[in-house]
Amino acid sequence: MEHSVREEAGALVACFTGEVDLEHSPAARKVLLDCVGRSSKVLVDLSGVEYIDSSGVASLVEAFQKAKKSGVEFALVSVNDAPRRVLELARLDKVFTIHDTLADGL
Amino acid sequence: MGESLLELRFPARAEELKPARHAVKEALLASGCANAVARDIVLALDEACQNVIRYAYGPEREGDISLTIESRGEELVFLLTDWAPRIDDSKVRPRDLDDVRPGGLGTFLIREVMDRTDFIDPPPGCGNVLRMVRRIR
Repeated sequence: MEHSVREEAGALVACFTGEVDLEHSPAARKVLLDCVGRSSKVLVDLSGVEYIDSSGVASLVEAFQKAKKSGVEFALVSVNDAPRRVLELARLDKVFTIHDTLADGL
Repeated sequence: MGESLLELRFPARAEELKPARHAVKEALLASGCANAVARDIVLALDEACQNVIRYAYGPEREGDISLTIESRGEELVFLLTDWAPRIDDSKVRPRDLDDVRPGGLGTFLIREVMDRTDFIDPPPGCGNVLRMVRRIR
């Protein structure tokens, strides 16, 4: 898994690529919680995620819940087929705010 | 007995899951499994392996995972074996999804993907054997 974080139009955009699995989800969790801790708006770009498991999803959920408590806007963008399927199976596709593109989220 | 599609044995460590996933996916696709179904099965098996790593062995123990895939007519049968202490399978429960919180999703995802799951009696010397079945045709 690779990640990058950049600022764009007043939001922090956290971009993940590769496989967000048990091995790498702790790093993803740290990145996401850090973003939520230092911005009023966080967009998580999943366009490059080829695989995500329950531990990766748990990182998203934890960041989402922290954002909600802190009044931080939090959304997923560009969710491709692989993560979308896992979110659907877990019934979380209706819980997160999901934008088709980064531009829609900004 | 059906046709053996895959036999894997690997250390129960997080970094071993990616090559295992790829081996499973290749075996499934080679058997004629549709890509979307293969993707779901890979997820379920990965979640089952994670449960072995996290809960059967836990942070203090090391051991292996054995994964076999057998084709039996219209079904695929998956056996996941470990050498960890026997677990109380009555305590293996998916969590309530209305309770949105991190964690606890693995068992739920396994049961969403697989048609049947149960723990079967392990061979002598083994810890636990989780059997999962999925119809693919």
